[in-house]
Amino acid sequence: MSTTIQNISLSGRKKQVSNKEMTFLENLYLVAIVKGLLITIKHFFRKKVTIHYPEQVREMSSVYRGQHQLKRDEQGRENCTACGLCALSCPAEAITMKAAERKPNEKHLYREEKYAEIYEINMLRCIFCGLCEEACPKDAIYLTTSKVLVPSSYEREDFIFGKDKLVMPLDIAMQNAQLKNAN
Amino acid sequence: MDSAFIIEKSVVILVVFALTMIMAMYSTWAERKVAAFLQDRVGPNRAGWGGLLQPLADGLKLFSKEEFSPNTPNKFLFVVGPAIAMSTALMTSAVIPWGDKLHLFGRDILLQATDIDNALLYIFAVVSVGVYGIMIGGWASNNKFSLMGAVRAASQMVSYEVAMGLSMIALLMMTGTLSLREISAQQAGMNWNVFYQPVSFLIFLICAFAETNRTPFDLAECESELIGGYHTEYSSMKMGFYLFAEYANMFISSAILAVLFFGGYNYPGMQWMVENVGVNTANILGFLALFIKICGFIFFYMWVRWTIPRFRYDQLMHLGWKVLIPLAILNIMVTGICLLLFK
Ligand code: SF4
Ligand code: SF4
Repeated sequence: MSTTIQNISLSGRKKQVSNKEMTFLENLYLVAIVKGLLITIKHFFRKKVTIHYPEQVREMSSVYRGQHQLKRDEQGRENCTACGLCALSCPAEAITMKAAERKPNEKHLYREEKYAEIYEINMLRCIFCGLCEEACPKDAIYLTTSKVLVPSSYEREDFIFGKDKLVMPLDIAMQNAQLKNAN
Repeated sequence: MDSAFIIEKSVVILVVFALTMIMAMYSTWAERKVAAFLQDRVGPNRAGWGGLLQPLADGLKLFSKEEFSPNTPNKFLFVVGPAIAMSTALMTSAVIPWGDKLHLFGRDILLQATDIDNALLYIFAVVSVGVYGIMIGGWASNNKFSLMGAVRAASQMVSYEVAMGLSMIALLMMTGTLSLREISAQQAGMNWNVFYQPVSFLIFLICAFAETNRTPFDLAECESELIGGYHTEYSSMKMGFYLFAEYANMFISSAILAVLFFGGYNYPGMQWMVENVGVNTANILGFLALFIKICGFIFFYMWVRWTIPRFRYDQLMHLGWKVLIPLAILNIMVTGICLLLFK
């Protein structure tokens, strides 16, 4: 039993360590060194893996999702009702919000009676896991297929995205509504 | 001494100096490129085409860094350390024959700063002074890591100089001269010493790695154990001098290897070129041949550095004293017997 376990090699490359005395030739390390040199010189002529970033952009997977968006419905009203479930589900604690009550003259702006006056995601903390999207009962927050990465900056404040950057632009909401009506 | 002679020598010295400096500069660039290529990367490529201005940017950075000096009672020695390292690195280049001679302005100009008849001894002398640069720097830093690096450097250099000297003796028995110019001349054609003295070459090569503190013998610096070794406390251009000296040393030792074992400035068909095309063209080609050989050795240094891990300290001493020295002595005896039998 024990012998069979010892001989199992998952990678197929298992080697027994031996502590036998080295011969004089091995003591010179020359053979080993030449073998090593041959391995490295092979890499010298290999294709390089580097992506020259600003000029070359890495291909993204077709299922890539990043950069959140707060959705509007077909009438252009914001979906979010500031329930806080997304913030609660966020493992990185990246979301903060402040709720406010909808005024009677704001019915065309917000779908629900309560809405998020401030809604902020800290992009330095976010790990783009999509749990906020899963948690949302109002279909309000989604990670988008946008390939735009969060731009670099020298100020930490620049990475806190408020509603100005997160809410879906009105004209896109209108377009979506038209598309839906056309179908 | 006439003034023309002085001018001629000054020009040669200046050119050699500039060449050493430029080579040391571009060795840093080459090191990064080679390292990158061996690791499937592309290396520095932003400053200038292919990163060719990188050494300038590095130099500028080193100059503009804060000049920090530790709280040490040996302020003077602290400055002397890098100065010695740098000057000894440059001094060795004086005796290397860069080519045979040029015929310009009606004079024969030797492509060598000085052709002394015991050039090889001179090199050994200067190189062994080089260790003082490291020792003094490490001692004056007033820091245990620096001191440990310095002690290691000292013991390593002392041990490997023995083997290096012994390997040279076998070569000298064959050449019968200490002058590098004559040794070069003897290797005309493809009569390179490496074919007659392969063991001697191997020992010399290994010792050259140890003398220049390059991996796998970089125990004096060894970042993973001693922070930076003897130059831990150095900053700004003093640090730059140490690093620069290392690369200058590498260039010079490559030159010595090329001259002693790989025929120096000789290339096949040189005699024919001298007779048919002219002395100047033939010798400029000779200089280029030497230059290519040197670059080959520099590449080899880097190739080895990015291949082999550092030796453990006891392995280093074991290799030096118990393997290389007996091998060198054996080599001397075999050479002696062969000389008796065949000459
Ligand atoms: S994607 Fe994940 S980490 Fe980012 S805000 Fe949503 S829940 Fe938080
Ligand atoms: S985005 Fe969704 S989960 Fe988050 S507060 Fe708004 S409605 Fe609630």
